[in-house]
Amino acid sequence: MVTAVTNMGRSGLYDWLMQRVSAVILLAYFLYIGSVLVSGVDYAQWSELFEQTWMRVFSLLALVSLGAHAWVGLWVVFTDYFTERMMGSAGNIIRLGAQVVCGLIMFTYLVWGIQILWGL
Amino acid sequence: MLQVSIYRYNPEVDTEPYMQDVQVDTAGKDLMVLDVMEMIKAQDTTVTYRRSCREGVCGSDGVNMNGVNGLACITALSTVVKNNKLVLRPLPGLPVIRDLVVDMSLFYAQYEKVQPYLQNDTPAPAIERLQSPEDREKLDGLYECILCACCSTSCPSFWWNPDRFIGPAGLLQSYRFLADSRDTATEERLAKLDDPFSVFRCHGIQNCVNVCPKGLNPTRAIGHIRNMLLSRAT
Repeated sequence: MVTAVTNMGRSGLYDWLMQRVSAVILLAYFLYIGSVLVSGVDYAQWSELFEQTWMRVFSLLALVSLGAHAWVGLWVVFTDYFTERMMGSAGNIIRLGAQVVCGLIMFTYLVWGIQILWGL
Repeated sequence: MLQVSIYRYNPEVDTEPYMQDVQVDTAGKDLMVLDVMEMIKAQDTTVTYRRSCREGVCGSDGVNMNGVNGLACITALSTVVKNNKLVLRPLPGLPVIRDLVVDMSLFYAQYEKVQPYLQNDTPAPAIERLQSPEDREKLDGLYECILCACCSTSCPSFWWNPDRFIGPAGLLQSYRFLADSRDTATEERLAKLDDPFSVFRCHGIQNCVNVCPKGLNPTRAIGHIRNMLLSRAT
């Protein structure tokens, strides 16, 4: 079995399932947000919607899903192109660097998203 | 006259590969691509390629014809030639040994990984291990693979990770034994596939299905393996 240490779970099946589950959550979230926007909404209604706990929980779930989805997807892209096989030993450094940058961006978005949602 | 552009590379002489233009007189006949290659070899005996049965059974002459992988011996000119031009290249993604001959070591290493042989730890019966016609039917569309490598070398995931992704050909054979009612090593086989590379590098783009000269469907077999892994884990 091929081992990997930087993917999301320790198994390919876990990553695969996580990507599909997060995709369904994101689809549901954006369909809902889209329907709200299309039906016409003013600032007061929009603000009221995000005052409700269920909407904050739903938004946070979507944000966590976005992070997980992006991590799995970009991990695949990075391990395709930034590899020792493709670029020599520089590939390993570039890949790990790219993963650290991605991880930091996703973590920042998560914390920032929580701040926005709960108005902290 | 058919305009043929053929990939040439002899590492003993050439510093890098180049494309050689050759004109071939097909006398208006709809020949197979292998016939054209034979005519080119008659003009220039240094042109090198693999071939054997010339009827799509041995899988030796897998090449890239006008951008599409296939067996030269069963591909008619009329199905690949555009604007009277034929471009012949080796199967993509594998190291070139010379001209159209590629080094298939990585491909065979992946095939070896799936242990493509029946494993059964129960005592051998006196005559044979019986199988119901329904169970035998499950192997149709799997056992016919001739290992020509057209599928795996058309798969981008195999291009980028030929050392870690088993590839469509290997996975089709993997499922051939996972689906076999006489094989008892299903659990051990699945345990070896549950990493992020071996199976899950398949993103279902179906290049393999598109090029298989035997009309097989590795993507479907990979889907079955994934479902088996999912049922095993849930």
